[in-house]
This record gives sequence, C-alpha cells and structure tokens, in this order.
Amino acid sequence: MPARIRPLSPHLQIYRWQIGNSLSILHRLTGIALALGLGALSFWLISLAGGAGSYRTAARMFASPIGILLLIGWTFAFFYHLLNGVRHLCWDLGLGYERAQRHLSGWFAVLAALGLTLWAWLALWHFGRI
Amino acid sequence: MGSAGHGTGQWWAQRVSAVALIPLCLWFVCSLLAMPALDFGAAQTWLALPRNGFLAALLVAVLAYHSYLGTVEVVEDWVHGTAMKLALLLLLRFAYVLIGGASLYAILRVAFGIQVS
Repeated sequence: MPARIRPLSPHLQIYRWQIGNSLSILHRLTGIALALGLGALSFWLISLAGGAGSYRTAARMFASPIGILLLIGWTFAFFYHLLNGVRHLCWDLGLGYERAQRHLSGWFAVLAALGLTLWAWLALWHFGRI
Repeated sequence: MGSAGHGTGQWWAQRVSAVALIPLCLWFVCSLLAMPALDFGAAQTWLALPRNGFLAALLVAVLAYHSYLGTVEVVEDWVHGTAMKLALLLLLRFAYVLIGGASLYAILRVAFGIQVS
C-alpha cells in the first residue's frame, strides 16, 4: 500500500524575511558565542588562581588585537542575549505578543545591545582600564 | 507531560536558570567595571572577598548549566545522524563538567588564598 500523502509545511525558503526570524537566529548564534565566552571566563579564573605569572600571560592574550575584538564581540553577544532573553521570558508569561510590540521590543534589543556595548567599552577606556 | 512525565524539564530548567542569571550577570559586569584596575593584584583582592567568591561560584555554575542546556538544544535541532548527535552530546557533557569544575576549583583556590610560588 503506497504511503498516504500527508500535507507538508512549506519549505523554509518560502517564508518572507521578517525581523523576527533574524533576531531568533541571532539569539542562538550569540548563545553559541557566549558558550565559547564561558571558556574565556574559565581561562581567566584559572590564570588568576595560577598566580601573577600566568595571569600576566592571560592578560596579554586578552589585550592583543584579536583578544580585544573577541571581547567586544562577547560584550555585544552578552547584552543582546540578555535583552532578547528577557523578551522571550516575557512571551512565556504571555506579554508583548502583539505584532507591533514584537517589532518594537526586537529593535530595542538590538539597538540597546549596541548602545550598552559602546557604553561598557567607553567606560573601560574612560577609567583607564584599557 | 509527555509519556515520560518530564517532557518540560529542560524547557523549564532553561527558563529558571535564565532568570537566575539576570542578577548574577549584572552583578559581574558592574563588578568588572567598578574594579580599580584589571591587573593581578586587583583581580585577586576582588575574588578573595567572601561575597565575591560566593557569587562568582554561583555565576559559573548557573552559567555552565544554562549554556549546557542551550548547546544541547542546538545540537539536537541542527545535527543530523544519530552517531554524530550522540558523540557531540557526550562531548558537550564532558566539556561542561570540565570547564565548570575547573572554574569552581580556581575560585576556591583564590578564595582560600592558596598560592603557587
């Protein structure tokens, strides 16, 4: 007996681009980036426990151009994942589900994450930490 | 829920750890920005304070748990093939226990002032 033909959902490519799906994928990507950032945090703590010598070596790596670039990336990933995570938690509570609210909070999450990243690094620079 | 009776377990744990991470992460970011310097002496003095050591240990533990749940979800969604999926899930489990354990051990060493000469 031939298999019954069942209705299928449209292929992924059929869907029109909206801000929502990009933000959703960005939440995942920043989550993956932050998982790697956890490794960096762990590395920092272990170097600190290892004494002044190992801490200096780690600090030099973090202060290298690639290190700074990664840290700025992780700062943005952190703030975005935090803000968008709060957005998701609100949805779980049934809040902010309207189309206009979703768009507004989505743009807010992206722009506020960019702003907070800028603010954090300007603060570090202003206080002479970098 | 579900035939196993705990189908919502991971979903729920992810949300609970997310809520716990909000204050812990904000505390950590504010602490980093408020530290007088980011050199060895300042970092050691900061982490050696009981309150900071305790909160840092909590942060690392909850962070590792939340991150583990998230990456497991990504592997379950995006990786096809049972063997590859199982291998990656096993690898993730080992990696997170290793990273979490090493971080906690490092925090304890600083907290109890164990110095390598």
